[in-house]
Amino acid sequence: MVAVEPKVSVRGLRIAYGDEMALNGIDLDVLPNEILGIIGPAGSGKTSFLRALNRMEEFNPGMRVEGTIHFDGRDTSEVKNLYALRRRIGVVFPLPVGLPLTIYDNVALAPRLGGIKKKAALDEIVERCLRRAALWDEVKDRLKALGSLLSGGQQQRLTIARALSQDPDLLLLDEFSIAVDPVTTMRIEDVLRELKQEVTIIMVTNLVQQARRLADRTAFIRNGELVEVGPTESLFKGPVNDQRTRDYVEGRFG
Amino acid sequence: MFEATSLNQRNRRIQGLFRILFGLMTLVLVVPVLLILFVLVEKGGPALSLDFLFTSPSNGMTAGGIFPALVGTIWLVGVALLASVPIGVAAAIYLSEYAPDNWFTRVINLAIINLAGVPSIVHALFGLGAFVIFARFGTSILAASLTLAVMTLPVVIVSTRESLQAVPVAFREACWNMGATRWQTIRTVVLPNSVSGILTGVILEVSRTAGETAPIMFTGAAFFLPFLPQGVLDQTMAMSLHLFVVSTQVPNVPEEVKYGTALVLVGMVLLMNAASIAFRTYLRGRKKW
Repeated sequence: MVAVEPKVSVRGLRIAYGDEMALNGIDLDVLPNEILGIIGPAGSGKTSFLRALNRMEEFNPGMRVEGTIHFDGRDTSEVKNLYALRRRIGVVFPLPVGLPLTIYDNVALAPRLGGIKKKAALDEIVERCLRRAALWDEVKDRLKALGSLLSGGQQQRLTIARALSQDPDLLLLDEFSIAVDPVTTMRIEDVLRELKQEVTIIMVTNLVQQARRLADRTAFIRNGELVEVGPTESLFKGPVNDQRTRDYVEGRFG
Repeated sequence: MFEATSLNQRNRRIQGLFRILFGLMTLVLVVPVLLILFVLVEKGGPALSLDFLFTSPSNGMTAGGIFPALVGTIWLVGVALLASVPIGVAAAIYLSEYAPDNWFTRVINLAIINLAGVPSIVHALFGLGAFVIFARFGTSILAASLTLAVMTLPVVIVSTRESLQAVPVAFREACWNMGATRWQTIRTVVLPNSVSGILTGVILEVSRTAGETAPIMFTGAAFFLPFLPQGVLDQTMAMSLHLFVVSTQVPNVPEEVKYGTALVLVGMVLLMNAASIAFRTYLRGRKKW
């Protein structure tokens, strides 16, 4: 078996908020161009895991992070230029955050922050990202309208377009579909399947079936511990590796 | 099946009582305002004319208009704003967007609250010591305006900080996640969405500044000056002090001059408040998230 250099390599990750332990020592590798699903009950530390990858603890005074996270082989705790790190990581939140800017400016924001000023270049990025997020056809005639006036599902796709506009290597999705109708969810899932040709995706979801549909591998986190990680189907079918995982994915979790 | 039970009826009676009670309290609030306005318009209204607004007092304040005081108040408020708005807004941005939550920040916050509670006469004495004497500005518009600025800084800081914090944290995080610096986030997302609140706070501050008397009494406002101020180091007349003077310091001032002065002062403040409300409504109409 050829050893693939992991995109993200997490060792002994512990996260605490004050005295509250959110993650209790997790080792996890994310391979390039895979979709890694993370499932687990509420409060199990899934979102904290995503936040740590992006070094968001810097914005959250109560959040303590221990352990190491390597991103493309580099220890992120030693990265001085956090802005550059975050630019390579796109994030999509559970609830769509359409910034109160125009649709165009929402998507052009990250490239502009990155120093791109030419209108033609921006136009091209905006159109490409909106197309990839399956939103272009719906908004191409009103790019100057406020992004926050779009419907919830459209805003979520706008958020995805915005995350893509950074040209990220890694896309973090935190329950992207809870504010989105099923049809739109399916469309976004199609988009994600295409995207993984270019980016690595970590997808936190409460919908076990969504992980099953999309994820190449799935990790099950419970009470701050990594119970199991493996090829998605093996969590659902075949020999039982860990009874707790099987109980959870089959909805028999107590 | 929809008959009212006795419990329903009791609840409804109590609810009706509270409604009346709260309504009465609201009336209590409105009555003095309406009375003041009514009296001022009735007694001061006849004095109002272009002559009253645009001529100097004459005959030992018993006749003529209020022009120097009107101009002086505009000077005082303007210079006070130039000092307090940049400092106040910058401090509020620091406190809201940058400051870590530690004892030092908490001490600053406490200081701001306490500064807001200092009586205006104490500010006046502070201004006299700090600006008139120590900084050698003399009794001047500059000294009086800086005193007003110090007094209104807490209002500017608190209202600005509140407007900044009304911008959802999710917006900031979305921006940070894109690799934006704090300043880029403030400039692109936070400020554009809080500017209406900030400006509203500023306008409210203006109206408060315009009416203050004590802080300018020792620091730059004059009893009577036959000429208009030419620069910030001149003394000036001011509406608030002029009202105090014609009401209590000079004998035989006709009623309508006193009430007219008060009416113009209140009118200025109300106009600015109305402008602030109109402006906020306008910006709210455009802001949607």
